[in-house]
Amino acid sequence: MLGWLSDPLSFRFMRLALVEVVIMGAVAGFLGTYVLVRGLAFVSDAIAHSVFPGVVIAFLANTSLFLGGAAFGVLTALSISSLSLTRRLREDTAIGVVFASAFALGIVLISTSPGYSRDLTAFLFGDVLAVTTTDIYFSLAVGGTAVLLAVLLRRPLMLAAFDREMALAVGLPVFWLDTLLLLLITLTIVISLRAVGNVLVLAMFITPAAAARLLVDDLGRMTVLSAAIGASAGATGLYISWYSDLAAGGMIVLTATSFFLVALLLSPRHGLVPGLVRRRLLPSDETTA
Amino acid sequence: MRLLSTATAQQRGAALATAPALPDTAISLDGVSVRLGDRLALAGITARVRTGAFVGLLGPNGSGKSTLLRAVLGILPLAAGRVEVEGRDPNEARDLFSYLPQRQRLDLDMPLRAWDVVMMGRIRHVRWLRGPTREDSDIVSWALETVAMADRRNSAIGELSFGQQQRLFFARALAQQGRIVLLDEPMNGVDAQTQDLFVELLTAFHRQGQTIVMATHDLNMAACICDTLCILNTRLVAFGPPSETFQPQVLREAYGAHLHFVEVPAAAEHPQVLEDVHHHDADLGER
Repeated sequence: MLGWLSDPLSFRFMRLALVEVVIMGAVAGFLGTYVLVRGLAFVSDAIAHSVFPGVVIAFLANTSLFLGGAAFGVLTALSISSLSLTRRLREDTAIGVVFASAFALGIVLISTSPGYSRDLTAFLFGDVLAVTTTDIYFSLAVGGTAVLLAVLLRRPLMLAAFDREMALAVGLPVFWLDTLLLLLITLTIVISLRAVGNVLVLAMFITPAAAARLLVDDLGRMTVLSAAIGASAGATGLYISWYSDLAAGGMIVLTATSFFLVALLLSPRHGLVPGLVRRRLLPSDETTA
Repeated sequence: MRLLSTATAQQRGAALATAPALPDTAISLDGVSVRLGDRLALAGITARVRTGAFVGLLGPNGSGKSTLLRAVLGILPLAAGRVEVEGRDPNEARDLFSYLPQRQRLDLDMPLRAWDVVMMGRIRHVRWLRGPTREDSDIVSWALETVAMADRRNSAIGELSFGQQQRLFFARALAQQGRIVLLDEPMNGVDAQTQDLFVELLTAFHRQGQTIVMATHDLNMAACICDTLCILNTRLVAFGPPSETFQPQVLREAYGAHLHFVEVPAAAEHPQVLEDVHHHDADLGER
């Protein structure tokens, strides 16, 4: 009866892909809460793009794509957090210059390799069916570490995000907290590349977190819910892509988007439909309590 | 801040009774200068805040009120001079402070409840793994009760009014339990009820011997409730009891010629400031 669920899993590559997208969806969804709360969507997108030349160099040099991507990502994360100290340029201007040029560098580099357009597609949009067991172990280790650190440091991270002045006054190392958060985001981006690629990875951070934000009002529940939404979007998208024979990375992101739209329409507190119903039924009641 | 009723406060009171006597001087500033970019924000400030004083920090926008508080907290590099808090470097005195920062733009979309905001005041006590203890929770409950927000403890921050949010930040400062209270314009933009509550609480803390430094634009209120005024305009214009410092020539020196004084016989002692053009300015440029 549930053959449609188990049939694809008779293929080893499909089993590996499923494990990979679930890990990726959960970790990105989890960290995505911090991205959303700290207002780092643009910065995360910049890091995702800056990882690209690193991946290409590693590919050309025939070494680990993860390590190449991670090296460039970490470099970008560190330069962004130091840039925010100097404030000579507006932060978003500086980031815009850096990440677009990094991306261009990646494209130029990969064009040196013969038959590059196929590889390019895999890097940009993901190639989840090519996942290996090594990739999975790597994702588990890196993703697990990122989630663990984010959980342990949630209070300082949250205070630094919410009220910098207070964070400084109680003696929190605000600069290092910022830098650490950027590094965790970078590592999560790197492990997400296989599944969804550079261009789409931002969606796996922002979309589940935004959906979760519509449904709950505290950080703890929001992170868990966002991780769950990310993981189920990963699995659901992968199955849809299998049966419809459409691109997996894109389908995973679209599934996450559809979850977000459902939350936007139906969230009991912030949803459009319940809001409409409330206004119809209780036209005079304006209280939000 | 250790005061008022509830079991926690009483337990704390007992703990305080056995504590060694506090030094006479809570905060001492010795030739403190601070440079913000190319601008000298504070120039050679020397002053001594005695333990138990209630200091009103006055001065026009950009006169360095917030900068002075930040220098006392040790979160700003000094261009010259020295700050000591109970004889220690401010960086080693972080547990002595309760701080209510100046109101900034807030991200009201943050997934935070009133309770979480006040619990932030306990961050120096909460351990990584264990989370808040029973004592931390008791203190947060007490702080919320003190600012009359106990019934809103589960409300999302974005649902609260400006005045209610400011009460939360006040409660967060209470939850820090510091014996030196620094407040940066706590009454700016709040409703009259909240303002009355703050005045009532601060007066009570003062009576119980707490050291308080409050930056404010409300000259008349400061002259009424504070026992010391510190009038700034980059340099120190005057420092002392209101009877000596709340004088037309002193205030004109700090604020320029924008103040109008009227003698109000019934109010006795101090002349009343009728109009303060700075009061209504948006408070920009001070950071």
